[in-house]
Amino acid sequence: MSDPAVVVDGVSKRFRLYGDRTRSLKQAVLQRRRASFEEFWALKDVSFEIPQGSTFGLIGENGSGKSTLLKCVAKILRPDTGGITTNGRLAALLELGSGFHPELSGRENVYLNGSILGLSKREIDKRLDEIVDFAGVEAFIDQPVKNYSSGMYVRLGFSVAINVDPDILLVDEVLAVGDASFQQKCMEKFADYRRAGRTVVVVSHAMGSLRNFCDTVAWLEHGKLQAVGPAGSVVDDYVDETHADREVPSDAGDGVGGGDDARWGSGEIRVDRVEVLDPAGEDTRTLRTGDAVVIRLHYRASQRVERPVFGLGITTLEGHDVTGPNTRDTDDVPESLHGTGHVDFRVDRLTLLPGSYELTAAVYDYTCQHPFDHRHRLVRFDVVPGVPREGVGVVSLGGDWRYSESDVVAAVRHTR
Amino acid sequence: MSTLAELARSRELLGNLTLRDVRSRYKRTVLGNVWSLLNPLAAMLIFTVVFGFLLKVTPDRGDPSGLHVFALWLLCALLPWTFFSVGIAAGMNSLVVNASLVLKVYLSRAALVVAAVFAVGVTFLVELAVLTVVLVLFGANPLPWVPVVVVMALLLAAFAVGMGLLLAIANVYFRDTQHFIAILLQMWFYLTPILYPVSYVADKEKQLADEGRDLPLVTLFKLNPMEHFVSAFRALLYDNRWPDSTDLVWCVVTAAVALTAGLLVFGRYEGRLAEEL
Repeated sequence: MSDPAVVVDGVSKRFRLYGDRTRSLKQAVLQRRRASFEEFWALKDVSFEIPQGSTFGLIGENGSGKSTLLKCVAKILRPDTGGITTNGRLAALLELGSGFHPELSGRENVYLNGSILGLSKREIDKRLDEIVDFAGVEAFIDQPVKNYSSGMYVRLGFSVAINVDPDILLVDEVLAVGDASFQQKCMEKFADYRRAGRTVVVVSHAMGSLRNFCDTVAWLEHGKLQAVGPAGSVVDDYVDETHADREVPSDAGDGVGGGDDARWGSGEIRVDRVEVLDPAGEDTRTLRTGDAVVIRLHYRASQRVERPVFGLGITTLEGHDVTGPNTRDTDDVPESLHGTGHVDFRVDRLTLLPGSYELTAAVYDYTCQHPFDHRHRLVRFDVVPGVPREGVGVVSLGGDWRYSESDVVAAVRHTR
Repeated sequence: MSTLAELARSRELLGNLTLRDVRSRYKRTVLGNVWSLLNPLAAMLIFTVVFGFLLKVTPDRGDPSGLHVFALWLLCALLPWTFFSVGIAAGMNSLVVNASLVLKVYLSRAALVVAAVFAVGVTFLVELAVLTVVLVLFGANPLPWVPVVVVMALLLAAFAVGMGLLLAIANVYFRDTQHFIAILLQMWFYLTPILYPVSYVADKEKQLADEGRDLPLVTLFKLNPMEHFVSAFRALLYDNRWPDSTDLVWCVVTAAVALTAGLLVFGRYEGRLAEEL
């Protein structure tokens, strides 16, 4: 447990982007050089260590370099500067079943794929039953894999890869394959890995599962390491920073944090949908300071619920609470609710100042201790400048300035 | 020479990749592996009709075997040539064909090239075995020379692997390579004394000299390493004697140089394969 499993030391990776990818001999001969290209740094001076036995996540937006980094660790790409040291046998699940030959049988492909991933024939002999069993393709193992369903194909690929029994396992968003029960099996297998003290490195966009699954997370942005640290805080920072998506989501259902950890509760009554209505009554994610706003919570109670308390929370992207109105504080709790309906939170003049905010919607029992449905940071919205036009802080108190002589300000306004 | 060390570590992978190529080549064909014998047989028929029968190319009688069959004489050179040309073409294309592997899995990439050549080599060995039996049936005695033939086949394989490694890299960077090589191989085939004995070239040189034009034709022809390989195979199989020592030296040196150059160049450019493919 002493040496880190992977040491990434000052790794930079440069790609050449060719103007047009025709690289012909004629060009090479006539121009005395290869086709013109632009350089693009996919990774720039990235350094971190992955301790043995940890589960390590790589996050970042598309094009941030996380897959490039994973490929560098897997030795598929060679970094231009810096180096990567790995301790122990390494297997990469970048694509399942790569190297399968469609015309060959499942069994032949297991041996072929196994040796591509670095297993000896004897090791495969020993694990063949387990591989076939895990993939659930016993009946078809002597059939050409081209006859396999895509699910069987992927399962067999995963099964071979996982049975390589690596000390370090690299996974690139392949968890999203297979049916639910196979995914469950995969997750169990990963859990076994962690218990066995193996190192797992995952690239994923599923922030919710990454948050639960990983010990440590590295956040890459434009090829640079933005942060590395405990999964929870880095994922939160990342989510805060990057969800600049202001469109009204079509399903308007998922929390911006994604995943199930952004929603919890026992579910007797649920907040199905939240609308933010502008003065015209349109669901929007852009409001203006001073506007009249209605926040509408659509609820659905599957059974009669006594005295449910609805609440809202508005927070800044930095996570500071701005306000948290609820129906109990203002004595607006109904005796009971059943079925579907909505409850409006009406604001005559929005006093939030320009910026981005997140809205949490929740319904709790009357003690405010038991959540029926808590939807954390469900909606993100922007506030743009309106009236009053103030620039500092997050709220306007809605006050106005008076001078002892009322014509002073008028004069200044006039000359401006 | 880290490429070589890596290849040595991936022996088993090499075997499996070769097996994959061999197994999958004639999958879903009715005749299966019979095709690998039908191809050279068809080539032999065509060339025998055109060159042996119509153009009356008459090679020297096998010495000491006493054979005098154009078709067999042709095959003794045609089979090694076919292995060489098909082998380097397969090696050249192996990285592009297996791009999905190169992009998604870490494995010895040189093994892909070598396996492609070896898969063709398996066919070559089968063909050689069949040819040997036929030669025996026609009264020659190639059997004592079989070990030497195997060594020659290995040297030729080394030559083909070296060329394959070089061309595979070139083909990743310039896809023109494969088209260029297709033409080159055709020219190379006719410039190698396979369809005609090298004595015809000597005759032409003499004829030109008589006309007052000195052209060292034979010397030029002998700059072609395949000429020496072909001569050596013919000496062993058709004539049943030791090849000229010049031919042997040429073969050994060619194989060594090509293999070394191939490994060095491959090792130098291998690192960027995944992004250039």
